[in-house]
This record gives sequence, C-alpha cells and structure tokens, in this order.
Amino acid sequence: MTMVAHQASRGDAVAIRGLSKSFTLGGKTLPVLRDLNLGIRAGESLAIVGPSGCGKTTLLRVLAGLEQPDAGQVLIDGHPVRGVGTERAIIFQEPRLLPWLTVLGNVSFGLEARGVPKAKAEAEARHHIRLVGLAPFENALPGQLSGGMAQRVGIARALTVQPKILLLDEPLGALDAMTRMTMQDELARLWQEQQATMILVTHDLEEAIFLADRVLVMPREKGGVPRLIDIDLPRPRDRSEARFVAMRRRLMAEFGLH
Amino acid sequence: MTLHSVDTPAKGRPFPVAAVSRRAAVGAQGFLSRYGLLIAFLLLWQASSTRGWVNPAVFPPLDTIMAALWKGLASGALLDDIAISLQRSGLAFGAAVVIGIPLGLFMGQIAAVERALEPILQLFRQTSALALYPVFILLLGLGEASKVFVIFWATLFPILLATIGGVKQVDRRLVEMARTFGASRLTVFRRVVLPASVPAIFVGLRLSATTALLLLIAAEMIGANKGVGFQVMNAQYNFQIPLMFGAIFLLAALGLVANAVLVLLQHRLCRWAEATR
Repeated sequence: MTMVAHQASRGDAVAIRGLSKSFTLGGKTLPVLRDLNLGIRAGESLAIVGPSGCGKTTLLRVLAGLEQPDAGQVLIDGHPVRGVGTERAIIFQEPRLLPWLTVLGNVSFGLEARGVPKAKAEAEARHHIRLVGLAPFENALPGQLSGGMAQRVGIARALTVQPKILLLDEPLGALDAMTRMTMQDELARLWQEQQATMILVTHDLEEAIFLADRVLVMPREKGGVPRLIDIDLPRPRDRSEARFVAMRRRLMAEFGLH
Repeated sequence: MTLHSVDTPAKGRPFPVAAVSRRAAVGAQGFLSRYGLLIAFLLLWQASSTRGWVNPAVFPPLDTIMAALWKGLASGALLDDIAISLQRSGLAFGAAVVIGIPLGLFMGQIAAVERALEPILQLFRQTSALALYPVFILLLGLGEASKVFVIFWATLFPILLATIGGVKQVDRRLVEMARTFGASRLTVFRRVVLPASVPAIFVGLRLSATTALLLLIAAEMIGANKGVGFQVMNAQYNFQIPLMFGAIFLLAALGLVANAVLVLLQHRLCRWAEATR
C-alpha cells in the first residue's frame, strides 16, 4: 500500500519521495512512515497534525536531516537532503537556548555558528530581536526569561539565519493557552514577512488551521493513508469566524472527535 | 477617598539614628546566626584553657597560639614555610589542571576512549595516593619531585573525572541545535560543550584544591625540612605546642583562601548556572 498524499512535482521547494522510516523497539520493528509522497510549494505554510506516535515529529526530523530515512528521499530545490543544511532552520519544542549566552548571544549564535563575523551577526540578531519584541531584554540570560519569551528567542534565532525553509516542531506546545495564541499571531505575521516555506508539526488543530495553507493529517491507525486538507481561509484569520469554526469541526471529524 | 490618607507619608521623618541602629541590629543578627557557633567554640577554647578545664600544655590559650604564630611570621621563618608549601601544592595543582582538564575534555567527547580508560582510571583513583607515596619515593627519591608528584596524583583524578562527567552530561539537544545551524565539530565543542562543562569542572577544582592541601601535609611530614606541614610535626616533636596549633590554623587559613579564590572565579565564570537554578 502506498501513502500518496500529494504527488511531488517539479518546482516544489520540498519534495518527499517514497519516504519510509521505522524504529526498532524491544526487538519489534515499528513502521512509522510508509512510502510517503508529498510536494511542498515555495512560500507555503504546511501543518502536519496527528496523534502522538503517528510519525509527525519523525517526518520533521527527516526533513531537518537529523534522521536518515530507511527508503526514499527528500529533495530540496531538487537536491537530495544528506544531513543538516543551512537553508533550513528549526524551531524546537523546547527553546534550546544556551544558558550562558544572553538573548543577543543566543540569537546571533545561528549566524556565528556558520562563520559570520560577530559584529555582523549581532546586527542581524538585533533586528530580529526587535521583530519578536524582545529588544528590552537583549542582555538578559535565558534563566531570567519566561517560557514564552524564551521561545521567542528560539524563533528569532531561527529567523536570523534567513532560512528558505522553516521547520517547527510543536514550537508552542509547552506554552499556556493565552501565550500560545499570542505567539500564533506572531508566527503568522513573521511567516508573511519572511516569505519562507514553513512546515509546522503540531497536535493543536486550531493552531494548524490558523497558520497553514494546507494541513497534512497523519493517520490514526498504522497503515492508514495521510490526507491533505486545504485551508482556503483569508488572512489574517479569525479563530471565532464561522468558516474557521467549520474547518475546525471538519478537521476534528478526521480524528473522530466532536 | 480615605485610602489616600493611608498612602500619604508621615509628616516627620523617622529618626535616622533609629533606622541605622535597626539596620545594624539586622546585620548583627545575620552575622551571629552565621558565625555565632564558631565564636562560641573559640571562646570555650580560650576559657577552658585559661581556667584549667583542659591541660593548657596540650590546648594552649588562643592568645598564646596567636603570639607564637605572629612571632613565627614576623621572624620570617613561617613565611618561608608558607612559600615552599604553596610552591609544592601550586605546582602539583597547576599540573593537574593543565593535564586533567584537556584530557577530560578529550575523553568525555570520545566514547570509545572513555570506555577503554575508565576501568584503569577507577583503579588509580581508588588507590590511595598516600599508599603510593612510598612507591613515588622509590622512583623519584625523597626530594621535591616525589612530594609534588604525590600531590599531583591525588589532585589529578577529581579534576579529570569531574571534567569527563561534565562533558558527558552536556545536553545533547543543545549539541543537536548547534549542528542544525551548521556548526562544525570544533564550533560545537568550543561554543557548547566547553562552556556547558565549566560548572562541573569547578566542582572538581574545588575538591582538588582541598585534596592538594591534605596531601601537602602528609608529604611534608615525611622527609621534609621545610613547609607548613613540616612545622606542625616539628613543633610537636619539640613540644612547641602553641606554634604547632599556629601552623594548623595557618593550614586551615590556606584552605579557606584557596576555596574562596575558586568560589570567586566560579561566580565570575558561571553566573548563568546560578541564574538557572
């Protein structure tokens, strides 16, 4: 059985071809991804949703180059992915800040890691710190920040390297509901400003509808077929608008929820 | 609007004298709660000795001890002892730092090396340096070399093991983060692994500094004719009990100073670790 969500075509920013990945757990082999095909357009925002253990984080880690697939390949602008690459940046669920560096040091770290001179990296970093609204906290240490602020630093760090593809692994999952909604607004704004391709893994259906052009619904049962759902709502989106609510109802039905 | 009256400051300022004395009282209370027992201990010592509750020949009064200590320092004799002791422990500690930290950083990074060396390290560490001192004397003679080496041996392992432990417990997720931004192995080491290990390394350094002084005394008690440890033994042989206690207090002071210096350095380098805790 092949899982054909959407045939990859020429000109896709990201093309996933026949991707399979399984894990060995206690002597048993668990297939997580089976023959997945998917094309993601440049500048598109794609959300991947599904229950825990459905392989959505694995898919993101393969796209990031942190995991090698068992079969198939990922092409970025037509070139096969072999490991991590500087055209991609990841925003992790935990902010993963270096606790000994200030906010400025952490945000400029991404550029400095690839050899950009400190002064230039810091100038870029300051710009993006301002974008996420943390300018007054430039010299604070991560230990002094709240969860939402720390995640903003992680977002600024990823944006500073100006990636073509932004990979987000449940970036707001650890935040409280109010902070999460504020951050969703900010992510929507930043994505539109940066014009990057955004691939977002989330377990929050509302977050997926709010941010994505298309939602990839990972199947609940093993061997099921992932489905793609278009979110053709105007932006900026309104969570309480009738079409938004209808879309949420439809997406919930995909998981047998009401 | 009765609430306003609550917030209005009282007309007459409170007597500054009262405020100052209150602050002084709080300060004194803090001082007493911290050093009260120590002061009581010293007072008890002084009283027991002067009133003959204990044999003053064995436990001389503190003022006699301080006088003997001052005499030794003023004549320069004890200063020479301090200098030679600091030279021995300083050389050994310095060598342990210079060898232990880089070796630990290397071993902690490479699992195969660490696995191969770990059993022999454990064996060496569990073998008391004092038990090996006769071996070192056989190998290096009864001079400075064997003394410095036995201290070096004892101080190397806390530093080495703490450094290995520090490197191994670096958050792998931070390393992964750095890799995704295109950091090379060297950059990951320099910008992530090394700074993350510093707090653990300091634990080893402080442990080693204490060990250095401990071993210094033992080394100087055997076949030395100078040094603070030698003075303790020598004064006891000659029944100069006040001088003996003076030298013991001097050793305690050296230990306190060494620890204070390291704590200061630690605060400087690992302020972030305190912020996270």
